[in-house]
Amino acid sequence: MHFEFDQSAPLYQQLADQLAEMIFTGIFKEGEQVPSTTQLSQELNMNPATILKGMNQLVDQHLLEKRRGRGMFVLPGAQKQLAHQHREAFYQDYVASLVTEAQRLGIDEEQLLALIKRGYQNGKA
Amino acid sequence: MEKLKVQTITKRYGRKVILDAVSFELQPAKIYGLLGRNGAGKSTLLNIITNRIFANQGAVMLGEQNVNNNQASLGQFYLMSEAELNLKHTKIKDLFSGAELAYGNFDFENARRMLTAFKISEDQTLAKLSTGLKTAAKLTVALNVNADYIFLDEPTLGLDANHRELFYHELMRTYGERPRTFVISTHLINEVQQLLENVIILDRGKIIVDEPVIDLLAKAYEISGPSNLVDQYTHGLKILTSHNFSRIKTVTVVEKLAEQRTLPDQVKVDHLDLQKTFTALTDGGNEGE
Repeated sequence: MHFEFDQSAPLYQQLADQLAEMIFTGIFKEGEQVPSTTQLSQELNMNPATILKGMNQLVDQHLLEKRRGRGMFVLPGAQKQLAHQHREAFYQDYVASLVTEAQRLGIDEEQLLALIKRGYQNGKA
Repeated sequence: MEKLKVQTITKRYGRKVILDAVSFELQPAKIYGLLGRNGAGKSTLLNIITNRIFANQGAVMLGEQNVNNNQASLGQFYLMSEAELNLKHTKIKDLFSGAELAYGNFDFENARRMLTAFKISEDQTLAKLSTGLKTAAKLTVALNVNADYIFLDEPTLGLDANHRELFYHELMRTYGERPRTFVISTHLINEVQQLLENVIILDRGKIIVDEPVIDLLAKAYEISGPSNLVDQYTHGLKILTSHNFSRIKTVTVVEKLAEQRTLPDQVKVDHLDLQKTFTALTDGGNEGE
């Protein structure tokens, strides 16, 4: 388990994103317990209120559930939901910025499509 | 546990006003950063709260009780500071028994575990330790003393990077086990940023920030780009610092940016970390005590 933080976004948001990624990649499996606020606080030397705020984001997104007195657990269907979210974000995060950058560099649509094809060919090798 | 209320505290030395009608509240079981440049009045404030020196005006209240000369209330406060009571032959274990005597229920077991981690023996004499190990010994007392409000004035003085990490870890550990209020006054802002829930910034004797770190950072920005575009975009905002390099202008602001402000392509808006926010807000401050 490895977390990394920078100044790009609030800490609780980065924590939520990274926990979500760990759920997506199966480090924390559906139905399993994730580390407690206290454990994460000590592991990351981070204020537990920040951790809780991050975790609550995942509760709001129905990725985690609180079980009273026991802790936080990954909800069934979390992985599938995250896969769906990743696909939704794919256009915004990659395609839209790819087109913007291509325009900045004077690469036209045809050239960009050719580059994407080249990427596919290299990917096969 | 009750709230601690600092009410319009003013402290003067001669004609010099060190604290100017300072008011704020500390909630139970939260971790605060008390930040300020040298000479801003941090240590004076902590000394007044813990009744070591007296204010010219104002009061410190724990719940409904004025803490001034009130032993029951003061028994809830512990201040770790640079000040040396340096009795020549005081051993670390004497500090432990002193804390037990004054506050009761000192956590000897955890204190001994921490000392081992710092690689100090409780039979060592305080005066013979290096600055860093002295700090480590004092921290060990501060994190194991039985009080609801713990004030740490420069708790990393002389600590090497490994020992600072250890301190941050031990703080989170003891806070997790028994939540109580910690007020950390330090210049190592980047290092403590993620330990804090709230931040209080003191600038030339006045409180200029008192809010959750998350809320402060959410409105702290650095805006950079071609001069004229930056000026256009930041029109009407209070510019805290401004820096020109070649044709690029970089300014900092700490206030909410209205959604309707349209961001020109060549202008970049980044969030500031706590240290940069602090320096932007206190840049007019004086240096030296």
